[in-house]
Amino acid sequence: MATPVKVYGPPMSTAVSRVLACLLEKDVNFQLIPVDMSKGEHKKPDYLKIQPFGQVPSFQDESISLFESRAICRYVSEKYANQGNKRLYGTNPLEKASIEQWLEAEGQSFNPPSSALVFQLAFAPRMKLKQDLGVIKQSEEKLAKVLDVYEQRLGESRFLAGDEFTLADLSHLPNTQYLVSVTEKGEMFTKRKNVGRWWSEISGRDSWKKVVALQKAPPPKSA
Amino acid sequence: MAVLKVHGSPFSTAAMRVVAVLYEKGLEFEFVPIDMKAGEHKSEAFLALNPFGQVPAFEDGDLKLFESRAITQYIAHEYASKGTQLICPDSKKMAIMSVWMEVEAHQYDPHAGKLCFELFFKAKFGMTTDPAAVEDLEGKLGKVLDVYEARLSQSKYLGGDCFGLADLHHLPTLHYLLGTSAKKLFDSRPHVSAWVVDITARPAWAKVIAMQKS
Repeated sequence: MATPVKVYGPPMSTAVSRVLACLLEKDVNFQLIPVDMSKGEHKKPDYLKIQPFGQVPSFQDESISLFESRAICRYVSEKYANQGNKRLYGTNPLEKASIEQWLEAEGQSFNPPSSALVFQLAFAPRMKLKQDLGVIKQSEEKLAKVLDVYEQRLGESRFLAGDEFTLADLSHLPNTQYLVSVTEKGEMFTKRKNVGRWWSEISGRDSWKKVVALQKAPPPKSA
Repeated sequence: MAVLKVHGSPFSTAAMRVVAVLYEKGLEFEFVPIDMKAGEHKSEAFLALNPFGQVPAFEDGDLKLFESRAITQYIAHEYASKGTQLICPDSKKMAIMSVWMEVEAHQYDPHAGKLCFELFFKAKFGMTTDPAAVEDLEGKLGKVLDVYEARLSQSKYLGGDCFGLADLHHLPTLHYLLGTSAKKLFDSRPHVSAWVVDITARPAWAKVIAMQKS
């Protein structure tokens, strides 16, 4: 059996959970290696060698070392194309083009405002940091405009890139999970009919339920 | 062969990114100007091509795409045998290039894009530059470029041994920033500086700039 791939970082990190979702969809065995961010482990020289920006996740597979969650997902989906969910990254160039389009839309239009809201509403309170009401308001307005576009698209198409669940949908799971389950902004998704239907479908997948369970598991005790 | 069309403005960094790939590949295409001053990018006709109301939009026969980095990847794969090779056939090398493509999109561009707006576009729109914002953005971009300096001391190009999409995606914002006070950020880092000189000197890039003058 193949050696498990390694993912460095805590499952509560949105970017780490994006990679975990992909690995689970593709039935790829992985080893989750803790990085103690509260102690600044991610900014120490040993970690910076594998991720020079000092962020999680980082990834290793045999002899290759990668970072940036969406690059890791693309690599995993290509390398393990013939196992697990075979439609995750498309089976022909036209499908792939559509997936890339919506994956970029996630990264460029959905992620900035939703990430800002996740930080302000879910993480800042835990970290005892002051919330920035201006950022919250601006981010909510931007996110609303993006979700209006999604509402229209998801009325024409079952999933973002087409009829099948793909990486483009998967990439939205981490931020949306926090917004829906931990903040009062979940209504932005559930009150829009098509977006609500889509969220229900994609978050109900076995792979995502496993990621959420990993996020809820108690963190490993330090040695 | 179907007609390739790019809808956008020759001054838009995202549209320039797509046009750069088309010139590198030596592909014939039609550039359809979108009058952004008149709000044409928010018209129903354009929203049918890009529901986010942003340029560029792209057509290859019946295929319609938006998001410049999805378009460049499509072109680079679909027309792999034409002109400059912009992706790697080897999957491990492509994975490394993919990492640095994400770095451009998520680490570099958020700061570089905003700096372009402060230092170049605001003047065009009759707005005033915010010096505090500029200082903040230059600091953040500087930290990213420190990582680039280390990377480029070990690798000729960001994505690997050869020029590819990971490098090309930087050209539009680089072009604008080099004409502003932010140029110092690139000049002060020797490997970054050499890389910038190399990639901005490419003949295909000169054609993209020439479009702005016609």
